[in-house]
Amino acid sequence: MPIFIPSSLTEATQLLSKNPDAHLLTGGTDMMVEVNFNHRHPDTVIALRNIPEFQRWNIDTASGLVHIGSSVPYATMEHGDLAKALPALAEAARTVGSPQIRAAGSIGGNLGTCSPAGDSLPVLAALDAVVHLQSESSRRSVSFAEFMVGPKRNSRLPNEIITGVSIPITNGWQGYAKVGVRNAMVISVASVCLAIHDNKVRVALGSLGPTIIRCTESENWINSIGLANIDHSLAKEFADHVRAESRPIDDHRSTAEYRRHAVGVLAARLLLRGVQK
Amino acid sequence: MTITKTQRDILGSSALRPDGISKVQGDFAFSSDLHAENMLWGATLRSPHPYARIVSIDVSGAWKIAGVECVITAEDVPGQLTYGLISEDQPVFARDVVRYMGEPVAAVAADHPETCRRALAAIQVVYEVLTPLTNPEHAIDASHEPIHPDGNIIRRQRIMHGDPTATAPIVVEGTYDIGMQDQAFLGTESALAIPDHDGAGVEVFVATQWLHEDRKQMAKCLGMPEEKVRLVLGGVGGAFGAREDISLQVHTALLAMRTSRPVKMQYGREESFFGHVHRHPAQIWMRHHANTDGRIVKIEARFVFDGGAYSSTSSAVLINGVTHTQGPYQCPNAVVDGYAVRTNNPPCGAMRGFGVVQACFAHEGQMDKLAAATGIDEVEIRLRNIIHTGDTMITGQVLESVAPLERCIRETAAMPLPAEMGSHPHELDLPGGSGRTADRRNIVRGIGWGVSMKNLMYSEGFDDYSTARCTLTNGSVELKFATSEVGQGFVTLAPQIARSVLGVDNVTYDTIDTQIGSAGSTSASRQTWMSGGAVDGACRMVRERLFEHVGAVHNIDPLRLAIDDTDIIDTVGTLRISVQEASANFSVSETYEYHHRKTEDLDENGQGNCHVAFAFVAHRAVVDVDVELGLVKVVQIATAQDVGRVLNPMSVTGQIEGGIAQGLGLAVMEEIIVTNGIVRNPSFTDYLLPTALDAPQVVISMIEVPDPQAPMGAKGVGEAPCISVTPAIVAAIRNATGKSIDRCPVRPQDICF
Repeated sequence: MPIFIPSSLTEATQLLSKNPDAHLLTGGTDMMVEVNFNHRHPDTVIALRNIPEFQRWNIDTASGLVHIGSSVPYATMEHGDLAKALPALAEAARTVGSPQIRAAGSIGGNLGTCSPAGDSLPVLAALDAVVHLQSESSRRSVSFAEFMVGPKRNSRLPNEIITGVSIPITNGWQGYAKVGVRNAMVISVASVCLAIHDNKVRVALGSLGPTIIRCTESENWINSIGLANIDHSLAKEFADHVRAESRPIDDHRSTAEYRRHAVGVLAARLLLRGVQK
Repeated sequence: MTITKTQRDILGSSALRPDGISKVQGDFAFSSDLHAENMLWGATLRSPHPYARIVSIDVSGAWKIAGVECVITAEDVPGQLTYGLISEDQPVFARDVVRYMGEPVAAVAADHPETCRRALAAIQVVYEVLTPLTNPEHAIDASHEPIHPDGNIIRRQRIMHGDPTATAPIVVEGTYDIGMQDQAFLGTESALAIPDHDGAGVEVFVATQWLHEDRKQMAKCLGMPEEKVRLVLGGVGGAFGAREDISLQVHTALLAMRTSRPVKMQYGREESFFGHVHRHPAQIWMRHHANTDGRIVKIEARFVFDGGAYSSTSSAVLINGVTHTQGPYQCPNAVVDGYAVRTNNPPCGAMRGFGVVQACFAHEGQMDKLAAATGIDEVEIRLRNIIHTGDTMITGQVLESVAPLERCIRETAAMPLPAEMGSHPHELDLPGGSGRTADRRNIVRGIGWGVSMKNLMYSEGFDDYSTARCTLTNGSVELKFATSEVGQGFVTLAPQIARSVLGVDNVTYDTIDTQIGSAGSTSASRQTWMSGGAVDGACRMVRERLFEHVGAVHNIDPLRLAIDDTDIIDTVGTLRISVQEASANFSVSETYEYHHRKTEDLDENGQGNCHVAFAFVAHRAVVDVDVELGLVKVVQIATAQDVGRVLNPMSVTGQIEGGIAQGLGLAVMEEIIVTNGIVRNPSFTDYLLPTALDAPQVVISMIEVPDPQAPMGAKGVGEAPCISVTPAIVAAIRNATGKSIDRCPVRPQDICF
């Protein structure tokens, strides 16, 4: 099995054009599990970890954007300047797997796998992140909403590589919470990212439907009331609005009923944290 | 606790594990690390259905694949077609019918695991899918056809004791459900079989709990004399009961015999969930009758243990369950009915606590209901009812073991509670942990109690003896035993015993294999007592011979000699000579077989002296609960355990902390989820084990009252820690939430809805 380890993006996109069926590898925390379980049998692998720009991130205050390269691991997002700029992403990153997984797993991999339980994805949805894709001949950027089209399905074309994301810096509070039936190292049963920008609330849900769900109705409802007016009883009502927008299922990890209940609780709690009540 | 390192690694010291450093550094060879020249890999084809008729098996496709050296099915089993620990009802390979998801149908040997995978995929099995029996009650009410020639009821056992018509003013009842827990050892099943050059025998390196029982079952199925099947213990990565039944042993040996090449088999994590038995899920109904002062007058109970497709140790688990109905409490009258039934669910058998875990979850739930009904405090109601040495149990057996139960409860109650949660707790300390789901105001604290007694060793007339040999040569001792070291620390303890008895320091142990008599299983909290007794006995025999030798040399009556530290002394004279010097150019070897006292079968009314001995423990749990989300953080477990005598404080601490983690798992997260006979979560992604963030603070008191029946006074300590901690945690959740929760593990939805 050929494994290519390109050292530049140009080389990587050329390799992918020649090998459109190649499997793209970053941290390997999803792919290697599938290989070990015999669920995936790659014939060709292109490993992206030696591409310098994929390892980079920067906070561009002029444009109000944080750029994060595809191979930047969760461990980098947990602390320091990146965590200060994007606290919700830091909180999400801290819930991913174990320290070993967080040292290897990356935001590009989370986007590539595109699981509804992907821990960083509700943050990208709530913050209106843009995903950058590049092929040998072209490059494009799509909103997260356009990028994720279904469970483990995204709009990346076979000849495209996810190069990174740009995340707008918000001027209000942001946070993330995730329910799992263990206090660490657990797959999300329900997760919520809530962010406030220009005094407007945005909410996105993980593990509550086939894709990450952005709760536009709930956002419009709470924003029409205004942040200053939020109290505990309104937060409870907000929970019901969020529940109504969720589309949970029953599976061996939890029940639809519990997920719907829990996501409302999380949304209400995050809202109260956001307005410090 | 503080661990004091004495100068010599004798009994009572925290001697370090001889394999500890190599395990921590990754150098230790577990059975999965074994390798032989010219070795083939083996793999197993398993049924995807819980219940189906096998219409045909076509293995020709597998034989066509380059690198495949052997394909075997039931047709190729040379000896007995079935095996089992108690009843030989489980096929080596399914032939006409498969009775659980994951049942072996065929096996292959090939040059590479990937070749094996392809070979398995090329085997064509045509199944006629049948309607599985998955509800244990349908096994009892005979509404489903027998799924096995032996029928759907593995065993029924009643207990009738005292006056069955007795009544009392306070009556509490409950129905308790216990989920299917997995032993979840970290080292999956693995074995390496090497055929003899003459083709007449085989040597098998395997991770197991009981080498001799494995050998017995393997020899029968292989159609070989037992002496031609030699077993050597491979490095064992945990057991907890899951290695008591054989799994890949016959398959691996048979592939090696057929190919005349070494064959290694190793299960992956997912396969491991199908490769061993689990803890029985159970439903237990109990009704306690008590006087207004809280004293129990009568207990009625009905137990249903789901044994899954094959009997394994179900009948013994049932007996443990029903005979522990009363828990560690006096009970003059009892009417108990218990079933272990066969279904098309995964086979269940031994797991740490062995039937008593289930019984304890029910009787401790009942004790709390009794406390509520009488208005008596949870601790006081237990103290009023506790059993004492000399009391008659519901089986009619008189409790002979030392029973410092009152001390266990009082010392646990006296332990300081954890500090109240501050106004700004660390987020990782809250329920939900790293998920940051809770704020301080969402949390309610609860306290709960659990107390238990557990039988030690095998029961019902079984003579589970142990054998050990001690050889003293020039001041050094070599020990030989077949005791499976599965992590419990017998390889630490055995040399400690020899050092104490013989006054030597240099003690080694030989390979653990079948080249000596059986040690019995590493289970039932029995090896310290049984194999410890055997090593102690062998060392004492050697000491006698040494004293005779020294007596002859110095013209002293050997009866006057004693060991003092590392010297032999004349207790009524002046002679003092080091053991080293006294045993120079002297060699002696003695073998000792330790048997526990005889026990009896239960009669049809459940009466009989069926158990050997008992150990006691109390647990107090403190939990923080996020009631709205149903998430739990166990803050602290306080425990006082009846250990008889502490032979290695660090080892005992390890057993207690580990057992508590396992009992916590059953309380709040560990469950194999089975729907219509299909296992839904066979992975560590979805079968959740507690992490360091889930582990509570553990406060321990070891209650030392040496038991005169126990060699060295020490009781087994392995199982007690994991039994009553589960009901204690669930009681604490009830206390925090005010909800009546009668099942474990407790799921978030059980709390928040």
